[in-house]
Amino acid sequence: MSAAAELGLLTCGTCGLLSRAPAAPAAACPRCHARLAFRRPRSIAHCWAYLVAAMALYVPANTLPIMYTSSLFGSSEDTIMSGILFLWDSGSYYLALVVFAASIVVPLAKIIALAALLASVQLGWRSRRAERARLYRMIESIGRWSMLDIFVVALLVALVQLTALAAVRAGPAAPAFGAVVVLTMAAAQSFDPRLIWDHERRRAA
Amino acid sequence: MNGDAPPEPQLDRVPEALPVPKAGRSLPLVWIVPAVALAIGGWLALSTWLERGPVAEIHFRTAEGLQAGKTRIKYKDVDVGHIGEINLAADLTGVVATAQLSKGAEKLLVEDTRFWVVRPRISGSTVSGLQTLLSGTYVAVDVGKSTQRRRLFIGLEQPPAFTTDVPGRSLTLRSEDIGSLDIGSPVYYRRLQVGQVAAYALEGDGKAVKVTIFINAPYDRFVSANSRFWHASGIDVALDAEGVRVKTESLVSLAVGGIAFATPFEEAEPVPVTSDTVFELYRGQAQAFKSPDRVADSYVLVFNQSVRGLQPGAPIDFRGIVVGEVAAIHTQYDPQSERISIPVEIRIYPERFTSRLLGGAPKSGRLGKDGKFMARLVERGMRAQLRTASLLTGQLYVALDFFPDAPRAKLDLAHSPPELPTTASTLEDLQTTLLSLANKLERVPLEQMAADFTRTLQSVDALAKRLDTELAPEARATLAEMRKTLSEATKTMGDASRTFGVAEKSLAPDSALFAELQDAARELARTAQSLRTLADYLERNPQALLRGKSPDSQ
Repeated sequence: MSAAAELGLLTCGTCGLLSRAPAAPAAACPRCHARLAFRRPRSIAHCWAYLVAAMALYVPANTLPIMYTSSLFGSSEDTIMSGILFLWDSGSYYLALVVFAASIVVPLAKIIALAALLASVQLGWRSRRAERARLYRMIESIGRWSMLDIFVVALLVALVQLTALAAVRAGPAAPAFGAVVVLTMAAAQSFDPRLIWDHERRRAA
Repeated sequence: MNGDAPPEPQLDRVPEALPVPKAGRSLPLVWIVPAVALAIGGWLALSTWLERGPVAEIHFRTAEGLQAGKTRIKYKDVDVGHIGEINLAADLTGVVATAQLSKGAEKLLVEDTRFWVVRPRISGSTVSGLQTLLSGTYVAVDVGKSTQRRRLFIGLEQPPAFTTDVPGRSLTLRSEDIGSLDIGSPVYYRRLQVGQVAAYALEGDGKAVKVTIFINAPYDRFVSANSRFWHASGIDVALDAEGVRVKTESLVSLAVGGIAFATPFEEAEPVPVTSDTVFELYRGQAQAFKSPDRVADSYVLVFNQSVRGLQPGAPIDFRGIVVGEVAAIHTQYDPQSERISIPVEIRIYPERFTSRLLGGAPKSGRLGKDGKFMARLVERGMRAQLRTASLLTGQLYVALDFFPDAPRAKLDLAHSPPELPTTASTLEDLQTTLLSLANKLERVPLEQMAADFTRTLQSVDALAKRLDTELAPEARATLAEMRKTLSEATKTMGDASRTFGVAEKSLAPDSALFAELQDAARELARTAQSLRTLADYLERNPQALLRGKSPDSQ
């Protein structure tokens, strides 16, 4: 199987038009005038950058309180994990599992998977390309699930403002966690899955 | 572009991309993102770490109401931290709560800082911590004044009655029992609440209770070393010459007890109280103000009568002054003489005999040495006597008084305690008198007397009969004679009547005799008048009887 790049063909990422590469150092889509490139430029660097940022924010997102609750019955601050434990303790096992999956597992899995993909591309691994491609598709699709927590916090903060009786404030972990989700999505977006297959061509060449 | 490649696609029909000039190699701006993220993450971590205050360990007896990670720690109702972990103590005698305090709370953790759990608490006089019913318990802090840092604390079981920053002073009282006092019971000075009971504890030997009270400023300056403290619980009912008087400090103290204090005599300046002064807590105001008895002498009394109604604590009364009390009542068996006696042990405070002493009071409070004073009193006839305090209840007390007629006795000071001679009680005296009277009455020959009386009556009867038979006929004859005499008298009267008629006639107004009589009467009246004049004159001038009538005396 030959890649389009080998034939000197460019695909427009915006409108999908196939065009031949000109002699100029850079090209633009003849139909929609979007910038064209054989591979997403600096894909790996961008991906790493977003990934490192996500990793950096993942720690405070999970250790700092995400929500301050103050009510007549006292005030408390909850981290994501303490919220999950509370759900588990109070018997809502399914809900606890859902939140655990969406808030802890998914971002962590995304970060690890993306790091693995990047490493595999950079190290020129050849095995299990199809699986890696499937992994990438999965990462892309589950990305937005993780915003569940942010939605909950945002809703509670907006709704529960009964000044004297109860009030909910977002903790510092909430923006951090939102940033982690956004950054992992950006990282997944900036990763060019075609790179997975490039080595086959290089080796074949 | 190898030969074995699939058939060449029709590339000619693919449009050629537009050539654009190559963009200059721009800075990889994307690396700003992780830099910013790292900065934010680092800042969050740093600020969290910086905001972490000191950690203290607090021992509590139980973790009741405490929740790890939830329970707040408050100082003056300001949140200064929370309980991080709760673990069982190593020796399983309690729990160790790890207190995570806010930044800057190091000042709170000093040597005499106290922690306690605020729970809803309802005691007699105070209701506190009700807000925790809704908000959950929290740990309160009272910051000490020391500068010595400390990390390990023992939590209080009871909230302290006063916090360190309340001005005032605490005092230690010693009481026989706690009465109805509790932590928070009020302390009164002139019926004004000036403090409260802060703590109490049994003394080491278990013989008394040490009560710590706190007097709020500015009232603490009224406490003097001479101040007296007493239980102000309940009602003091006194019956005296003014009638029944009911006295109580306040309705609160009536319900929950309290302590009152006063300084017995006016001092120009209160005597400063040292920190180790321990005050006695008396049972009542009267007791508190009694002058303290420095010396007490024991004596034994042996009564030859029942001591029913005499109880330990009964007063020893000397002419109305209580000078001591009954300490104990024993029964004693002497196997040699096979006699059972009832020695009553009494305690006498000799100072009370000499509250005023001509010639200055003795320093030791004792007159003479080793009861010589008492021995002299006994030689002069002082005896102990049981007396009835109340005829209704039959309560007895011991009276000391002088009985000059009592048989001579001596106080034997060799014995310890010496035996004070006794005398029979007045009631007993009366009893013995009555008894001897009854004995005498018993000896009277009543039957013989009755027989004599009967005989006397019989002779009286015989006499009456004799009178009837012998005297009556004679009396009848006498009566007949009397009747005769009377009729003669009637005749004589008729004669007299006739004589009076003649006299009447001669005395008629127109008769010569009457006229003469009238003249005589007039003459007599005149004479009487001159006599009166003379008498008057003589009365005024009695010397005229000797000297005659003087011409100028008129």
